[in-house]
Amino acid sequence: MATMVSTKPVIKTGAGGKAPGPNGNGSKGRNGHEFLEPDPRANRYRIGMWVALASIGMLFTALSSAYVVRAGAGSDWVTLRMPRVLLLSTALILLSSVTIEVSKRNLKASSLDGHSRWLLLTMLLGLAFLGSQLLAWKQLARQGVYLASNPHSSFFYLLTATHAFHLGGGLLGLIFVWTRSRFSHAVKVSPRRQAATDAVAIYWHFMDALWIYLFLLLFLWR
Amino acid sequence: MSGESHEGVHRHPAPTGFIRKYIFSLDHKVIGIQYIILALAAVLVGMTMSLLMRLKLSWPDHQWSLLGALFKAGAPNGVMNPEFYLSLVTMHGTIMVFFVLTTAPQGGFGNYFLPIQIGAEDMAFPTLNMMSFWVTFVGFVVILAAIFFSGAESTVGPIGGWTGYAPLSALGAIAGPGQGMGMNLWIISIAIFCVGSLLGALNFITTLLNMRTKGMTLMRMPLTCWAWFTTAVLALLSFPVLLGGGILLLLDRLAGTSFFIPGGLYVSGILSGTNPNFPLHTGGSPILWQHLFWFFGHPEVYIAILPGMGATSHILATFARKPVFGYRAMVFAIFAIGLLGFFVWGHHMFISGMSPYSAIAFSVLTLSIGVPSAVKTFNWIGTLWGGRIRFTTAMLFAIGFVSLFVSGGITGLILGQSSLDLAMHDTYIVPAHFHLVMGVASIFGMFAAIYFWFPKMFGRYLDERIGKLHFWVTFVGVYCIFIPMHVMGLVGMPRRYSQFTEYGFLDKLHPLVLFVSISAIITITVQLLFYFNLVWSLFKGAKAPDNAWEATTLEWSTSTPPPHDNFAGVLPTVYHGPYEFAVPGAPNDFVMQTDAEVEVSSNGHNGQH
Repeated sequence: MATMVSTKPVIKTGAGGKAPGPNGNGSKGRNGHEFLEPDPRANRYRIGMWVALASIGMLFTALSSAYVVRAGAGSDWVTLRMPRVLLLSTALILLSSVTIEVSKRNLKASSLDGHSRWLLLTMLLGLAFLGSQLLAWKQLARQGVYLASNPHSSFFYLLTATHAFHLGGGLLGLIFVWTRSRFSHAVKVSPRRQAATDAVAIYWHFMDALWIYLFLLLFLWR
Repeated sequence: MSGESHEGVHRHPAPTGFIRKYIFSLDHKVIGIQYIILALAAVLVGMTMSLLMRLKLSWPDHQWSLLGALFKAGAPNGVMNPEFYLSLVTMHGTIMVFFVLTTAPQGGFGNYFLPIQIGAEDMAFPTLNMMSFWVTFVGFVVILAAIFFSGAESTVGPIGGWTGYAPLSALGAIAGPGQGMGMNLWIISIAIFCVGSLLGALNFITTLLNMRTKGMTLMRMPLTCWAWFTTAVLALLSFPVLLGGGILLLLDRLAGTSFFIPGGLYVSGILSGTNPNFPLHTGGSPILWQHLFWFFGHPEVYIAILPGMGATSHILATFARKPVFGYRAMVFAIFAIGLLGFFVWGHHMFISGMSPYSAIAFSVLTLSIGVPSAVKTFNWIGTLWGGRIRFTTAMLFAIGFVSLFVSGGITGLILGQSSLDLAMHDTYIVPAHFHLVMGVASIFGMFAAIYFWFPKMFGRYLDERIGKLHFWVTFVGVYCIFIPMHVMGLVGMPRRYSQFTEYGFLDKLHPLVLFVSISAIITITVQLLFYFNLVWSLFKGAKAPDNAWEATTLEWSTSTPPPHDNFAGVLPTVYHGPYEFAVPGAPNDFVMQTDAEVEVSSNGHNGQH
């Protein structure tokens, strides 16, 4: 450490010499005194979720660019007849986005019962979505269309399975948040819990939008 | 875990059990050391493989009795098969790129020092951090398993190069030796590695955005943090693409899909679709695999080298006793390199039959990376210029990094032009280029980092005499290995061939091949000295004070080795930029970032107290 120079004239240092200012928590500071938010660490769940979504987004970008390239590559592309049950899937997942939003609002309004009830409904809708996807697979299998049948069916099974896998992760997140809210006796909602719920909701909406995108890609691109 | 908001001391007690403390530790410092140990183990495997390759190239018919005893099928009577050699090429590349060049600089040093340098007590998600290491570890176990599961095919792993080009890699065992279970394990290992890296990248980015201590503005971060951050962003956006490609490749191999396998293939005397072992494939695109692979592969090159650039900037400033020349330009250059890295993957595919117009676009973008690279080089030299340089081993390796980056990068400008690459692709000039710039330069960055930070990590200096010997032999050695390879490439020596005895026009190069091999043997031997130095200094090295190098950044303001929560419960406050050396009027020639006594005056703002 440097020795004391308290009485000397001001010494200029160069790079980044501004007064302590914005850091990772907006302009609130983290270790200082001027906190507006009680627990700025809670923010990390939201940040982490957006970062994770960027990564998942890249995975599906890669797969869909492979889809586009492959669709134009060979003459062996046989467009699937869309299993009707996919319309039901789409409706279910759209509805689940609404329910999780209601659940989140309930939490904000500190209505914990409502919060966990709507969470439960979201989970059920999520499960119903997975079931309806499974039905779609069954319908295709009954037509004799399997993973290796032709490139479109390969991509259909792959994309729906990868999406379902990620949606399953979202279900785990919902279960986590739901058990927390169901079995906790806390009267006030901690910022951490708020942030965790937000993060799960962001993820769920993303999965919803992702499904719409995949649905359009699979049945409108070619 | 919460509520340590005010100045009060809030300590996190260290775990006491052996397993929680050293095996499944949540402490980013322990995890960082675990990554480094993993890389130190992996590099031994990779280095041994390169040694075997050199033996084959130089003495193709010599009978190595030890090899004959170990690999009865791969090296009958001690003479290596071509297939054995090709699997060595594959595994050397894979292990070095993934488990050394990606693991040590980012997972190792980044994990250990990023939270300390930004003044955080740990990563944002410690459990995720632990998982990212252990997932990576499983990936390493699986890649080692690929060696053993391929033994029956007279290889030491799959054959396909680290790029695993389809359709060879997509067909399965029917395509010949090295295409069976070993190749499946290779793909699975890479996929596991992708997941581990993604978890790590997620953690790095969130930590840097959310956990910086008071006063640690973005422009006050050490350049190492910028480098690790950019690397994490690259990993976050490129590894999913490789993961996606890997899934498609595995489906082609195991589920009979045709993503990458074209129709009408005739392999090992069997036409596609006429044999249950070789189901019908139609219409797949092998080039698609190349696109997916290189969209990841090129950013991966920067994932390997950016942390080395960060460490080099950091160490050059510290030992030149000068601020980094053009800090802001350095930050933007790192970003520019990372960003451009996503738009140049096509330069690996100039000979894939792509349209010359696309080739020109990729060429121009590739060459434009020369601009931020030159900015960095210029600023490194500017940092050294007129400094009172302290020639420690860490400094020597950092200067060596600059040298290797220049001499390896300069051939990038040659290979980046499609017209020249058409002739030079798949000759020795390509391995010469990328070994110098992404291989050895990154390794030099790691060496610089370990000599620099070892005193902080373990409280003792690495021995400087051994270190300097290690540096000079390695530095001269790697040039002796890789400069002649440029010449071989220009003569037209193709890469990946196990021997050249059948090609008369290459006979005259044999003395050069021998020279390279002998240089390689000497250089590899000296690395053992480095391992010895690590172990010896851990117990017998000179004791290091808290600020071992009179440096400025936060890791030097805490005790050595840092306590479990890094700052013993009181997070530091930052008042200065990261490289305040030789400040006029300051009592020392360095001003630490935490030094509240030296007032800040810049842009009309006064320091806050």
